[in-house]
Amino acid sequence: MTNDHHDHAHEDGSPLSDIALRVRALEDLLVEKGVVDRAALDKIVEAYETSIGPRNGARVVARAWSDPDYKQQLLTDATAAIAALGYRGLQGENMVVVENTPATHNVIVCTLCSCYPWPVLGLPPVWYKSAPYRSRVVKDPRGVLLEFGVALPAETELRVWDSTAEIRYMVLPMRPATSVGKSEAELAALVTRDGMIGTALL
Amino acid sequence: MNTIHDMGGMDGFGAIQRETDEPVFHAEWEQRMFALAFGIAVAVPKTDDDHFRRQIESLPPVTYLKASYYELWYRAYSAILRRHGLLDAVAPKGLNPPLTAARVLPVIESGATNRMAAEGIVARFKTGDAVTARNMHPTGHTRLPRYARGKRGIIHADCGVFSFADSKARGDGPCPQHLYTVAFTAEELWGEPGQRNKVYVDLWDSYLDPAVQRVS
Repeated sequence: MTNDHHDHAHEDGSPLSDIALRVRALEDLLVEKGVVDRAALDKIVEAYETSIGPRNGARVVARAWSDPDYKQQLLTDATAAIAALGYRGLQGENMVVVENTPATHNVIVCTLCSCYPWPVLGLPPVWYKSAPYRSRVVKDPRGVLLEFGVALPAETELRVWDSTAEIRYMVLPMRPATSVGKSEAELAALVTRDGMIGTALL
Repeated sequence: MNTIHDMGGMDGFGAIQRETDEPVFHAEWEQRMFALAFGIAVAVPKTDDDHFRRQIESLPPVTYLKASYYELWYRAYSAILRRHGLLDAVAPKGLNPPLTAARVLPVIESGATNRMAAEGIVARFKTGDAVTARNMHPTGHTRLPRYARGKRGIIHADCGVFSFADSKARGDGPCPQHLYTVAFTAEELWGEPGQRNKVYVDLWDSYLDPAVQRVS
């Protein structure tokens, strides 16, 4: 991230969009007034583009699959268990992890906005914040999951966690049957973002 | 506020559009808007999540649906800053020092929990209690989704004591109270008998009344 974004057009040569110009003007004004520091803005973007993302959650899941004691801790005090692996902070201050089993499948949403467990999953994808997902997953979770290619047996109970307040949720997916004997790092590589939202099976 | 952001259970928005290998941000201005929000929240009082969300929710529904996610952020923060006089020519007053680059990671890691001391705050409900979500329609910010109002559920967990978003967004102080995870059956919410699915919603004490346990 650099500061040299002040005098160029888009990479394709097109002029900056109206919103891009407005945001730039807002940034310039706030820097001038001493409200924000440009180097801090760069650092924030860098953190969320490079180190805070779903690979963190994947490590948590892999540890839980490998270590029964850790899994127990994760399911009883997720915030502490996740912090033990070094992931903590904004939008993950009060975590709950819900476990998928053959009988129960969990999926997370925020119907009112976009709440999401940042320290373990990073910033949410656009579809998670979109009207089609938010409106429908609470009312027709089975239909939404089918749209994601996830067909669950009719007897599986679906649990939708609408994180409208202070708790942020993450799904602990079922360990794939084919993963026997794999190392923790190999297991982490099997874990996808959508698996931890509950919209994919692994 | 009964407006478009509260969309749980609505129909008609079409298929979910997914993107393969989606980047964290789709344009440089999205990066800058995200980071600006962060910096503003640190430096400017009363720009926390509750104020921010109240502002987004007060946008006209058509605007809300047409604008992209970070465009909504731009509109909400512009309105908040305008109210604070920060878009005027005068020098700002009453601000905290700006967030510095060195403080970014510590601020992210320390978080900003709304959890408060539980001492002296009575929990009116316990796990397993039957409750009814109040039939309330406040014109300000609330976290009680419309689809749950008037519905009966079971306390799944007591999450502890937190400041109350509705009160903070009004500027009325934290009003600390217990927050509960409440389990609602799909049958109760959507009137589909035989559905075993459940929706879990985190609801503050002020949203709930005791209910008679239903014999099933």
